[in-house]
Amino acid sequence: MSTQLSSSTQKPRTNLDPLFRLITRCFAFLVLALLAAILLSLIQGATPAIKHFGLGFLTNASWDPVAQEFGALVPIFGTLITATIALIIGVPVSFGIAMFLTELCPLQLRRPLGVAIELLAGIPSIIYGMWGLFVFAPWFADHVQPWMMETLGAIPGIGLLFQGLPMGIGVFTAGLILGIMVIPFIASVMRDVFEVVPPMLKESAYGLGATTWEVVRHVVLPYTKTGVVGGIMLGLGRALGETMAVTFVIGNAYQISAGLFNPSNSIASSLANEFAEAEGELYLSALIELGLILFFITFVVLACSKLLLLRLKAGEGKES
Amino acid sequence: MDNALYRRRRLVNSFNKTMSFLTVAFGLFWLVWILYTLLKLGLGGLSLDVFTQITPPPGSQGGLANAIYGSLLMTLFGTLIGTPVGILAGVYLAEFGNRGWLAPTTRFINDILLSAPSIVIGLFIYEVYVVSVGHFSGWAGSLALSLLVIPVVVRTTENMLRLVPNSLREAASALGAPQWKVIMSVTLRASKAGVITGILLAVARISGETAPLLFTALNNQFWNSNMNAPMANLPIVIFQFAMSPYEDWHTLAWAGSLLITFSVLTLNILARWFGSQQTSSH
Repeated sequence: MSTQLSSSTQKPRTNLDPLFRLITRCFAFLVLALLAAILLSLIQGATPAIKHFGLGFLTNASWDPVAQEFGALVPIFGTLITATIALIIGVPVSFGIAMFLTELCPLQLRRPLGVAIELLAGIPSIIYGMWGLFVFAPWFADHVQPWMMETLGAIPGIGLLFQGLPMGIGVFTAGLILGIMVIPFIASVMRDVFEVVPPMLKESAYGLGATTWEVVRHVVLPYTKTGVVGGIMLGLGRALGETMAVTFVIGNAYQISAGLFNPSNSIASSLANEFAEAEGELYLSALIELGLILFFITFVVLACSKLLLLRLKAGEGKES
Repeated sequence: MDNALYRRRRLVNSFNKTMSFLTVAFGLFWLVWILYTLLKLGLGGLSLDVFTQITPPPGSQGGLANAIYGSLLMTLFGTLIGTPVGILAGVYLAEFGNRGWLAPTTRFINDILLSAPSIVIGLFIYEVYVVSVGHFSGWAGSLALSLLVIPVVVRTTENMLRLVPNSLREAASALGAPQWKVIMSVTLRASKAGVITGILLAVARISGETAPLLFTALNNQFWNSNMNAPMANLPIVIFQFAMSPYEDWHTLAWAGSLLITFSVLTLNILARWFGSQQTSSH
């Protein structure tokens, strides 16, 4: 570039630019290599279990370290069901928060309220777990669970979901706490994408006499729908991989039941509870295979989220 | 005019506005409840002993000194290892990343690593480091934490460098500075506050992380400043103490939780402040 100009008048100096560029390029490449290395090392660690159990690992519901019999069905089921509950609770709340922060909130309050919601993401997950186990679960068992079992549990069909021992801990509590934990992530993506809606579009709708809700429902949401789904997927990715909060409150039992108040297990909490104490190659390798499955699921979910968000960005300013 | 329709629309609108307000209250409700719990149960356990005594066996007096020390040490080394990697990769993405396949791919993968389950990062370090060394250690913990630092720093460094106006780069180039010098002493310097924001956010993220330390640093009941041995750290001590049946361990766990949460939240707020300095200066 412009360095060429000076080299004719001064004594020639070595051009460090290509070297600098190469160094930074190597580090960027390192980030890529990291992902590949994680994947490869997990596959390598899981090989004994993959060879021994084959595809049956995914559908086997027993987990018995004594008999060396391992199956991933319960942890996978627990992971998916808690993440689903988290989204059912987290998505509407996040949507409401994003709508409030972009459309309704007075300007001076926007920033402090936004920061307060984002602080929810700053609380370490072990604190959510401890609070969930010692404070929330007893309160939930005493005041809310019996009531839910009487009212919701009496409805035919979905009533089956609200059965179990009212102990406070279990799949539902884990899902609820995950729901609280994903709110800041989903809400902040939704808020960001709501803010890219051109004011002209919204003002046109207001000008035609639309109410705030109608503007959000029929202008903002259609314009940003890929971004909103991307945000939800991001929250899902977070919920699937969350470890400590779930470990405290899910109850750590290898069982599947329709009742959401019963204890179960998730992939991350199995790993947290058992990995450091696991003995024997097969046991360790089965746990690593669980980790591999978790990594794979979250990778796919997060990649989808990212692709959707990129699509929204590319479509910015174009007709939606 | 159809009055019924008009009334219905207004009703739906005010109902949804109220719900939207309630969702914010719902979010803040949990934040306040958790912070209140921490203050109520944590302040009771907080005393000078917490900072001067090491973790006790059940039933005797003690503190968290070794765990606090271990956490500080591992966070420090995790940050020291991860930050340069993150900054350099971020520089590539921002300054050279407009062409080629590497930059978009790295950006994509980096965003995935940003949200990847931290327990899997712990598994990875266990596989590649702990197994080959043969024992758990403070270094393994630091390495696991550094892998969590990298994506945060890459992301913020790139974003902050992109905020630097091009005219600044052009002015430096016009004076004859080679590109590496433009980046190191103009662009990076101009976005110093932004880069610090990224580092603070990364420190905030790793100082509360438990999952990646479970099978890397493990735990240690005793005072240990040897990074090559299993090392006590606050999150795991909290986990172990909270899961135990002993009342005095619970008290210590709450004190530790209070310490961690408030340092993480302070770091977060500090990072925001630095971030706003950066964005308002342009």
